[in-house]
Amino acid sequence: MEKMVIDAKGMHYTPLNKQIRKAVAAGVKEIEINNVLGQRFIANGLRGDVKITINGIPGGDLCMFMNGPECTVHGDCEHAPGNTMDGGMIIVHGSAGDAVAHSMRGGKVYIRNNIGYRGGIHMKEYESKKPTLVIGGTSHAFLGEYMAGGLILVLGMGSQPLMEDRGIGSGIHGGEIVIRGKVADRLLGVGAIKTEFTESDLERLSPVIEDFCSRFGIDPSPLMDINYTRIVPSSSRPFAGKYTWE
Amino acid sequence: MTLGSVPLRYKVSIDRDQCMQCMRCVDNCSYGVYRVEGDRIIIDSRKCTACHRCISMCPRDAITLQEKPVDYRSHPLWTAQTREDIINQARTGKIILAGMGNALDYPVIFDRLVLDACQVTNPSIDPLREPMELRTYLGKKPSRLEFRKNDEGDVELVTELAPNLKLDTPIMIGHMSYGAISLNTQLSLAKAVTEMGTFMGTGEGGMHKALHPYQDHTIVQVASGRFGVDIDYLERGAAIEIKIGQGAKPGIGGHLPGEKVCVDVSCTRMIPLGSDAISPAPHHDIYSIEDLAQLVRSLKEATEWKKPVFVKIAAVHNVAAIAAGIARSSADAVVIDGFRGGTGAAPKVFRDNVGIPIEAAIAAVDHKLNDQGVRNEVSIIASGGIRNSADLAKSIALGADAVYIGTASLIALGCRVCGNCYRGLCPWGIATQRQDLVDRIDPEIGGRNVANLIHAWTLELSELMGAAGLNSIESLRGNRERLRGYMLDEGMLKVLNVEPVGA
Repeated sequence: MEKMVIDAKGMHYTPLNKQIRKAVAAGVKEIEINNVLGQRFIANGLRGDVKITINGIPGGDLCMFMNGPECTVHGDCEHAPGNTMDGGMIIVHGSAGDAVAHSMRGGKVYIRNNIGYRGGIHMKEYESKKPTLVIGGTSHAFLGEYMAGGLILVLGMGSQPLMEDRGIGSGIHGGEIVIRGKVADRLLGVGAIKTEFTESDLERLSPVIEDFCSRFGIDPSPLMDINYTRIVPSSSRPFAGKYTWE
Repeated sequence: MTLGSVPLRYKVSIDRDQCMQCMRCVDNCSYGVYRVEGDRIIIDSRKCTACHRCISMCPRDAITLQEKPVDYRSHPLWTAQTREDIINQARTGKIILAGMGNALDYPVIFDRLVLDACQVTNPSIDPLREPMELRTYLGKKPSRLEFRKNDEGDVELVTELAPNLKLDTPIMIGHMSYGAISLNTQLSLAKAVTEMGTFMGTGEGGMHKALHPYQDHTIVQVASGRFGVDIDYLERGAAIEIKIGQGAKPGIGGHLPGEKVCVDVSCTRMIPLGSDAISPAPHHDIYSIEDLAQLVRSLKEATEWKKPVFVKIAAVHNVAAIAAGIARSSADAVVIDGFRGGTGAAPKVFRDNVGIPIEAAIAAVDHKLNDQGVRNEVSIIASGGIRNSADLAKSIALGADAVYIGTASLIALGCRVCGNCYRGLCPWGIATQRQDLVDRIDPEIGGRNVANLIHAWTLELSELMGAAGLNSIESLRGNRERLRGYMLDEGMLKVLNVEPVGA
């Protein structure tokens, strides 16, 4: 069986996840879940090579701890999709709530529109594992707070000004935050500094921009210039100077 | 340099008549107290931490150590410590970090509680002759059981039971992460708990692959930094613990300094080499009790509801109300860490001033959960300054199901509570990642020592219970009738729900 359709209407998340796990174990490669309305933890801790399509609005912690699958949401997302995610991909054709990609360690999260507060908080990377969070619209405050690795890219499509919430990258000690256009100094958090976005950065990030655009059927060409701001840590040891020993 | 130096903390001397110049002190001291010039061992007492490594390795008992060899003018308020802290901060303008647990001289409530024994009217039980039931199950207990008769006429249980941890003795080893402590220390603890049929916490830092053979005896931790946390890690543990707070530093996060992030630590935590490992103060996906419930259920969902999930909090003023909230979050146990809990490093002002004693916290939580009729929903695990089997017995009598020990298990491996864990030079090979120091612990021998300690306390607990006429741990749990307060004030007795001696 290659494809499976689940009607989630009125279904609790535990039997729903059981059904998903069972299907993946049986070798199903494509799962379509219809009438999703607020079920939390969908694809939580799921491994394997499967494509999941969610039609509706999933609840919090979508794909938490997930490693491998690709999950597409036709709708908005609640709190923390991609929380502590290890690998795989989430594509949201809409907006998402707070703490998107919280502590994410690997894989990709693409949000077509906007996200809430604390997006990409404490994302981290290790060797070949490098998490990527791309936001088509804009974000609320504390984007990339405590960030320890990976990439956050904010494309600012459809929002003017592109970013107006503060605390960007407060406590950041690894990774990079790239935001379309100019970012006012007053929006940066403690420990975050701006650096120039160069042609070589564009070359490095253009596959990410192109991939994001292709997933949503957007023409990437208006985004292919160096009108971005790159925000990085001022130190990999942001608190080293705060303490003295007894 | 207008402030000059502060007096020596310790003065080390060698009895030159006894000394045979074997140089073991020189080789063993990782702080550089000893050096050789010509044929003489020179001592730099200022570098001494009173870790006693040299003293314990000296074959001739030639080394002596004196604390505070220089007197300050005595003053009850302006102690030497307060004066030296001010001098330190006048120099640096920084927050003071310190190791190990609370070092202020608060009264120890455990030492003001006495246990009961049988005389004449009810016989005591001899544990040599009678079985003593110490087996402890941690996790949810059903409020009622339903049965049905099957076709053969046998009775079957209908109620679905929540997963519980089965402990042969109510002593577990608390969470000390790889990174904070060495691999050989963790391995020693793992061997001990496996042998004794109990569990150890991995701490926030992932699980080194050398611990995989012992994974069925580990409790994996999920803290705010989510270091080393992936689905594989969650599935390995026998239980999962969400760390909200820690008794040594309630309300704040943790920083593993980049110096301690070596190749193996970096791999286990899944962060770059030499980078600070920062655990934020709150979990940024938990801003309310409802969010906590969401994380508890998320962890259960990820592990298919097969594992108990614990929530660890620091004992703070409203600990009872917080625990009552946790009891309604689907969590299976609440871990309460008292203000004497140890740590590798904590801001001194937190370590010494924030939080409440574990004794009061256990009693308050047990009382509140009973009052609300939800005591069966969560087990209570107490930690933070459990020093011996008497503290263990008193904790259980106040309402705990089991305890976590930390410092005590490290003392069983050589730790002398010198409090310099944060320097990464632990000469006992415990709080260090320097290989030559780590190699000083042989996990076989270390495991034996820790297992001996747990075994000894278990024997003592059985004797104490037998003397009190109790043959099962359930009969001791929350049994305040077996406790009396000695020189405790009325307010404290009320909180503990214990009568004074003689009553």
